[in-house]
Amino acid sequence: MIITQKKPREELLAMLEEVTKVALVGCGQCASACQTGGAKELEEMRALLEENGKEVVGSVLPDECCHKLLVKKDLKAVRDAGAEAIVGLSCGDGVQTVADNVSIPVYPANNTMFLGQIERVGMFNEYCKMCGDCVLGSTGGVCPITRCAKSLVNGPCGGQKNGKCEVNPDNDCAWILIYKRLEATGQLDKLGQTRPDKGHAAVAYPRHINLREKRA
Amino acid sequence: MSELKRALESGAFAVTAEMAPPKGWDFSQQLEDATLLRGKVHAVNVTDMQSACLRASSLGLCVHLKQAGVEPILQMTGRDRNRMGILADALSAASFGIDTVLALTGDHPAVGDCRDAKPVYDLDSVGILRMLSAVEEAGTDCGGNPLSGPPPAFFKGAAVTPVYEPRILQLNKLRQKVEAGARYIQTQGIFDLDELKRFLEAVEEAGIRVPIMAGIIPLKSAGMARFMNENVPGIAVPEEMIARLDAAAAEGKEKGLKGLSAKLGMELAAEMIARIRDEHICPGVHIMAIGAERNVPVILDMAGIRL
Repeated sequence: MIITQKKPREELLAMLEEVTKVALVGCGQCASACQTGGAKELEEMRALLEENGKEVVGSVLPDECCHKLLVKKDLKAVRDAGAEAIVGLSCGDGVQTVADNVSIPVYPANNTMFLGQIERVGMFNEYCKMCGDCVLGSTGGVCPITRCAKSLVNGPCGGQKNGKCEVNPDNDCAWILIYKRLEATGQLDKLGQTRPDKGHAAVAYPRHINLREKRA
Repeated sequence: MSELKRALESGAFAVTAEMAPPKGWDFSQQLEDATLLRGKVHAVNVTDMQSACLRASSLGLCVHLKQAGVEPILQMTGRDRNRMGILADALSAASFGIDTVLALTGDHPAVGDCRDAKPVYDLDSVGILRMLSAVEEAGTDCGGNPLSGPPPAFFKGAAVTPVYEPRILQLNKLRQKVEAGARYIQTQGIFDLDELKRFLEAVEEAGIRVPIMAGIIPLKSAGMARFMNENVPGIAVPEEMIARLDAAAAEGKEKGLKGLSAKLGMELAAEMIARIRDEHICPGVHIMAIGAERNVPVILDMAGIRL
């Protein structure tokens, strides 16, 4: 799940200062779960913008805002409504996918925070940094790259106190979690395994994957 | 050859002192302190923006020290530079005759004084050691490209935190550091020698063979001890020691004498150093005076240490 948070209203309204007619695009997937771009948030955004003197000429909620062809189809409804700009209530990917499909400005209503777990409704935890070379097999299913503030892959630094991270004492030390999980699953031998340096060549962005290439 | 390596291999009691570069570009205080340390310690270990607080670079002070006839140890953390930045500095260091390094992961910028700085951590302590070892072995850079001329050869060290639960995590990382090329280790500040001994026994039992130098922090006051206990991971000053510092401060107040607790702190440090040497607990000590480097020769005198 891509976790998003609403931008401060003032920031959004400042972006829309010169704009009168606005269309809204939400997202039926992640942003709905994050309460930043679902049906309810689209209605709240309409109300906010109207209160601030804007005319909301259209509002759509694609099933997935990161799906280019799907968004293109759904945008038909707002494309001809005379909007001067679009407000995207999705993640940064969704906002860009909308922008790829229109020739008017698209403004983000949200900040895109992280790839995370939904612990409970409204509670999200960052769990994956999409490093491109998963190490979870040797770390007891706890990601040191994401859950250690220094992304340490060879074991902990000396900075934990009572199992908590020196960077943010609200966080557990990832390596102590790894140790506990490996111990609980009878895999403590993996703690001593040397992890070869995987480097960063694999994450030179922007990256592209094309499953069709080989078939063609 | 690295002075520290020579000392450790000769069986002499090795002594290093820590020094921080200035927060500015006037190095005169550091060079004055270095004059006092010359001939008293085997090497001066120069911090690399300790506690993630901005200072002049470790390399800069190392060059100054080298030129002043004091053997420097270049500390290198992975916090601010990627592997290219670290290796570039290592090559420059080698050209100045700096031959001893200490590889550290580095405190996170979030706990420092320039909190907007990007944390790098391309390599951690183990990664830095591995890279330097690989460069030395293969004569190539961090991308596998040939270097012009011979590769730099460093006497490489790392740090360990003996007061740590679960201990297996520290031992495991220590083993990786040694496998990656660490040939000496210095500990976080130690205040309880029995605790240190238990840790060293565990290292021995784990089959890890490397000289471990005890970290010594001369306490200046009970307040400093309490602050470190609260805020510095891996530091555990025993309550009994804090009580003695408190009593010294009270005595000073009564008699109108200043600096009694700092004096006691120096005595306690000297006592520990003497015990470490006399009981052969460690092959050397690393003194972190945290701004009071001029006290280091006095502490060594009190401990009866002569190079």
